[in-house]
Amino acid sequence: MENLLALAISMIFVNNFILTKFLGLCPFFGVSKKTESALGMGLAVIFVMGIASAASWLLFNLILEPLDIEYLQIITFILIIAFLVQLVELFIKKYSEKLYNALGIYLPLITTNCAVLGVAFLNIQENLSFIGAIVGGISAGVGFLLALLLMSGIRERLELMEVPAPFKGLPIAFIVASLMSLAFLGFAGMI
Amino acid sequence: MVSHWQEFWKGITKLNPVFVAALGLCPVLATTTSMDNAIGMGVAATFVLVCSSIFVSLLRKMIPDNVRIPVFIVIIATFVTIAQLFMKAYSPALDKSLGIFVPLIVVNCIILGRAESFFSKNNIVRSMLDALGAGLGFTLAILLISGIRELLGTGELIIFGIKILAIPITPAVIFILAPGALLTMGLLLALFNALGVKTAKKTSCSTIASGVKE
Repeated sequence: MENLLALAISMIFVNNFILTKFLGLCPFFGVSKKTESALGMGLAVIFVMGIASAASWLLFNLILEPLDIEYLQIITFILIIAFLVQLVELFIKKYSEKLYNALGIYLPLITTNCAVLGVAFLNIQENLSFIGAIVGGISAGVGFLLALLLMSGIRERLELMEVPAPFKGLPIAFIVASLMSLAFLGFAGMI
Repeated sequence: MVSHWQEFWKGITKLNPVFVAALGLCPVLATTTSMDNAIGMGVAATFVLVCSSIFVSLLRKMIPDNVRIPVFIVIIATFVTIAQLFMKAYSPALDKSLGIFVPLIVVNCIILGRAESFFSKNNIVRSMLDALGAGLGFTLAILLISGIRELLGTGELIIFGIKILAIPITPAVIFILAPGALLTMGLLLALFNALGVKTAKKTSCSTIASGVKE
């Protein structure tokens, strides 16, 4: 039984998905202009990562490994994640309009997000237990949300700043992310 | 009609997937810690791009429009699996240092993006040239980034064990760590902007991946 708390802290801070592992950069730079949308996106990612971790763990350990067809990992993982996200989206749409409005629009955007598939691969690579995989997935999502919220806070202030012309837009966002990543390096060695 | 040469050349210059379109950022930053890694990543991604372009363009009239994205993903995933098995067999060290970024080529939006916007609308020759151009553009971009990072981060450039270049500076290790990747990319984008090259204003991965037509 692995230490779940250590796993969670490591996924949120030490191995932050965006700032140290570089997974899920597209939504990070794409949806971090407003805090509100960053929050929606982050919550949707936590949700999908939890589901994806559970589904991919079950798929790998109950089907792929016993049948000795691990080489189908890439194809089956992406298909099961895409399928599940669609299913969840339909479900939410039918039963909770409020939740759909908050999370729904982000769900299709993250089906093929590399952070979601990445967490599925990492769980298998790290040989986590079922519970460990779910905790790992959810805390990776929390780390994602944290980075996204911090970034959106900075970018909202940045809108009011006078940025040199060549740095406007993406370049300054990269530099800001670089400084944040530098700060997160401080967590290394904590676990 | 666009000439074949232009079809190839645009992927390297005015439609460069990394600097102009800001696509596939995750591998761009994560696998550029050394030039060896960048070469491995570039070759693998180009292989997948070209093979997918052949199959998508040949099958383009048979794929129903509403399931095209899943079909593209399955085609791409097949070639990523081939690339991964090949790399595991012939270059285990490279496979280890690229880690999960080899299987993650499957969600690299350069490939899905080209499949959606080009391979599914053009014949096999044009698609292959476009794929080759985009692959080469991607490879050259990550070679540039990894070159800068390796040179500043270690003080020398080593490709496949051969020392190409060494500069007499104290290595700034930060460049081969995570912040250095983001910093290098930000400064390069700003440099291209200052030189008058049109670079990306935003990342567009998510819209491609969800199949939303712009």
